Amino acid sequence: MARIIVVTSGKGGVGKTTTSAAIAMGLAKRGHKTAVIDFDVGLRNLDLIMGCERRVVYDLVNVINNEATLNQALIKDKRCDQLYILPASQTRDKDALSTEGVGKILEGLSKDFKYIVCDSPAGIERGATLAMYFADDAFVVTNPEVSSVRDSDRMLGILSSKSRRAEKGEEPIKEYLLLSRYSPDRVKLGEMLSVEDVQEILSLHLLGVIPESKSVLNASNSGTPVILDEQSDAGQAYADIVARYLGEDKPHRFIEEEKKGLFGKLFGGK
Amino acid sequence: MSLLDYFRSSKPNTASLAKERLQILVAHERASRNQPSYLPQLQQELLAVIRKYINVGQDAITVNFEQDGNQETLELNIVLPDEK
Repeated sequence: MARIIVVTSGKGGVGKTTTSAAIAMGLAKRGHKTAVIDFDVGLRNLDLIMGCERRVVYDLVNVINNEATLNQALIKDKRCDQLYILPASQTRDKDALSTEGVGKILEGLSKDFKYIVCDSPAGIERGATLAMYFADDAFVVTNPEVSSVRDSDRMLGILSSKSRRAEKGEEPIKEYLLLSRYSPDRVKLGEMLSVEDVQEILSLHLLGVIPESKSVLNASNSGTPVILDEQSDAGQAYADIVARYLGEDKPHRFIEEEKKGLFGKLFGGK
Repeated sequence: MSLLDYFRSSKPNTASLAKERLQILVAHERASRNQPSYLPQLQQELLAVIRKYINVGQDAITVNFEQDGNQETLELNIVLPDEK
């Protein structure tokens, strides 16, 4: 049986797709057969972030409507043979998704995959609620910013009441906090909510902090999941997150301001 | 107070303001999230009944639902108008 992870946030633009791509690649690179599914029907972008936009033939809705098989729609990643991408449909509207259809797809994938990462769209419409409905684990991506924190809390409410596990009275979805776009220097100046602040408000288990990083835009520009940029802080942060999720004990990084030596001060940034 | 502190204190700490606002908001939204869905209708119907006898305003009734462990409390608060 596969473990189903939903990457969710409520608010848009906080880094769900970046996180989905990075986490899926990270799990696959560690030898776990992983599928990553784009649930943003009508506004698909995971294919672009993964760099396989020109290889999309069939999509999620085609499979639901029996117009293609799962194997026809799954795109095998060229960098890692354990990773497959299932793109969203770009032309149909979001009502094309049904609970039975999504359930059938996840059931089919579960036979063959170890992890299924569901990239949720923003909002609380059908795509978002279906992405989380079947989940075992939820990665709640949050920016240290008031509207993002509020929306994350709203998503936690939905996770605990409207998921399959909640409806069946099973063990609840495991929820994890991923704090992204974090700037330790701004936190120090009192301009940004700290990790502790966000954790205190949401009372969530912290899986990792992803620092605000230029490498994220560079990665999406080139269609490479940022976790493959092993030199970058964001890439390392995601590698840590994958390791922690798999049960490894990794101390948290990127929470404190980086101490720059004289050289760093003179020649600046990364 | 040192000179450095003087310059620091001139900058408002917006992060603590954000935290305070969020804590209040999130607590409020969580409380209403756990309320049974019949609550708004119950409030409306109670108001209609009371208005048969006493002339009270729209906001004269507050209905609160609280859950504390196994115990559920429904609190009804009616504010009567001042005697003329």
